[in-house]
Amino acid sequence: MYRYDNIDQRLVDERVAQFRDQTRRFLAGELGEDDFRALRLRNGLYVQRYAPMLRIAIPYGLLSTKQLRKLASIARNYDRGYGHFSTRQNLQLNWPKLEQVPDILAELATVEMHAIQTSGNCVRNITADHFAGVARDEIVDSFLWCELIRQWSTFHPEFNYLPRKFKIAVNGAVADRVATFVHDIGLHAVKDAAGDIGFRVIVGGGLGRTPSVGHVIREFLPWPHLLTYLDAILRVYNLHGRRDNIHKARIKILVKERGVEKFRDEVEAEWLRLRDGPATVTAEEIRRIEARFTRPQYQKLADVKYPETKTPFSAWMKRNVHAHQQPGYAAVSVSLKKTGVPPGDMTSAQMERIAELADHYSFGELRVTHEQNLVFADVRQSELPGLWHALRELGLATPNIGLLTNIVCCPGGDFCSLANAKSIPVAEAIQRRFEDLDYLHDIGELDLNISGCMNACGHHHVGHIGILGVDKNGEEWYQVEIGGNQGQSTISNRDGEGNRGLSLISASLGKVIGPSFARADVPDVIERLIDAYLGLRDSENERFVDVVHRTGVEPFKKHVYANLDQKPADRRRALAAA
Amino acid sequence: MPTLIRNRQIVDEPLPPPDLVVLQVTDDPAVLADRIGGRGAPIGAIAVHFPKFSDGRGYSIARLLRERYGYKGELRATGEVARDHLYAMAQCGFDAFELRAGEDARAALGAFGDFSEQYQSTVTQPSPLFRRRAG
Repeated sequence: MYRYDNIDQRLVDERVAQFRDQTRRFLAGELGEDDFRALRLRNGLYVQRYAPMLRIAIPYGLLSTKQLRKLASIARNYDRGYGHFSTRQNLQLNWPKLEQVPDILAELATVEMHAIQTSGNCVRNITADHFAGVARDEIVDSFLWCELIRQWSTFHPEFNYLPRKFKIAVNGAVADRVATFVHDIGLHAVKDAAGDIGFRVIVGGGLGRTPSVGHVIREFLPWPHLLTYLDAILRVYNLHGRRDNIHKARIKILVKERGVEKFRDEVEAEWLRLRDGPATVTAEEIRRIEARFTRPQYQKLADVKYPETKTPFSAWMKRNVHAHQQPGYAAVSVSLKKTGVPPGDMTSAQMERIAELADHYSFGELRVTHEQNLVFADVRQSELPGLWHALRELGLATPNIGLLTNIVCCPGGDFCSLANAKSIPVAEAIQRRFEDLDYLHDIGELDLNISGCMNACGHHHVGHIGILGVDKNGEEWYQVEIGGNQGQSTISNRDGEGNRGLSLISASLGKVIGPSFARADVPDVIERLIDAYLGLRDSENERFVDVVHRTGVEPFKKHVYANLDQKPADRRRALAAA
Repeated sequence: MPTLIRNRQIVDEPLPPPDLVVLQVTDDPAVLADRIGGRGAPIGAIAVHFPKFSDGRGYSIARLLRERYGYKGELRATGEVARDHLYAMAQCGFDAFELRAGEDARAALGAFGDFSEQYQSTVTQPSPLFRRRAG
């Protein structure tokens, strides 16, 4: 954890006071609805379908157990006793009261937390690899750089009112586990021939209604120039990004309309004037940030081998336990994707129990992943069976990381006022259909993402299978895409080939397979896609998304739309008989 | 007559200053480079007009005027200027503020103290916090 110094703390406290006054003025009628909207959003407060929604920042997804306990108590005292972990590694409360939000923020500030810039047209929470600091393929610890950027972006006086929201992701490892190509800015750490650290700068990616894969505008930016370069990009965007149409306001549209070359030239020209200026990052500052991070005190341990068996523990080891830099340690994914529970949801009681477990098993820290799960990053391998038992009791040991039922899903029409359709019941119906673990493991790695509208909070464009809720004459329908890929390599510690992700770094966007479906048909459609895949794959190593890239959408499309009225089980029988 | 705050004080301004140049947020401040440099008509003051509460272009324009073109004179924010903007506007180089109608000017003066520090390199404090922290 980065520990605040007195200035970090003071700034957060001052923000609470500022927002308390803004809320007071709004409630007193001194501040109009529109103006207050711009101010409350940058403090994480939405007004949703049934109630306000408060999005609490978990910077780069890193959380201490003290903080998690505070979140649990806030969810219990100010809300309905649960929270929702989002794809931006934040926590959302769905039922707070507007007039109590300043008090919630004040409570958060006591544990070095806040809701600053979790919404609004400003730089949002920076996302990072949830295996930062422990991944074997690490180049830099991305948390240090995220904290540097967090401070740079916090209340940046020039960039408070951008044309639209702005999302930055930092990847510090060889494999891209943060989807750098679908962010406004993706930063991918690289080492040059001399061993110096820099960043590949990717701009203009994004999801939403105009999904785009980002462009590399600089292959190697030496790290001291990181902030001046970000200033240059943001300034070009702030001055020239479109403000006439909310749907064309993201930086991806500016990059597209200007052309990548011209955009890059403008950024570089701007940067030349900022370069080597006072915002140039110093080695001292990196060391200072590093020193303010708590680091686990690892013991000297040997690796512990567990024989592969047919037991549930073994299945969990295979899917949810990941390789670690330190011998004798492992990283563990805590699955928040148990069937019947909305993806990413957690009750206060679960949070408190998880905090106890993280204290006992993982140095009192945990991470939130952009796939809406949790990670215990530093678990002794010898304690894995004990942790598994404890997680199983909580219903948080579902061995489905990287598998079809690890569904990424937005809150959808059950909560969100933007949604065209519900997403949580769709996720549940699919999870029920694929409950058989052996079948699930046989299908292998598969990212399934669901968004309730084209704002794409469930990142459906980069799901191997992506489902999008659409509105057709007031009815909820679902469009299905296949072949998306977030560029996230899966963790390859199972077979000891740590570099498997290398070929997967570039992201791709899914293609729609055809007309949309009624909600009740979605599980059948998924089953048909899987049927088609199992028939097409050349081996168990060829994943669903690999097959789509090899064969294209057509064979899948055929299989899904042929005899759509027939149940898959009947079709299978018919196929078998033929 | 709109309320004017100049150098953190409420002032009366019966008439606009002579040679006031008004920039819209769509204007490129480069058009004033020569005049700022002393070539061409003199500039009494520059106003940047904010068309909306949430239009942030004027902040970059102010920084360019101050940092790139070296403008030293009065730089005034006009239009949709509320107390909630003042801290950041001042950081970006504005030193005069025509508050929009309905703003409580006295309360607005307090907004310059919303924050006691900022992380970034700004016009009023070019040295970012990390350089001063280190020292």
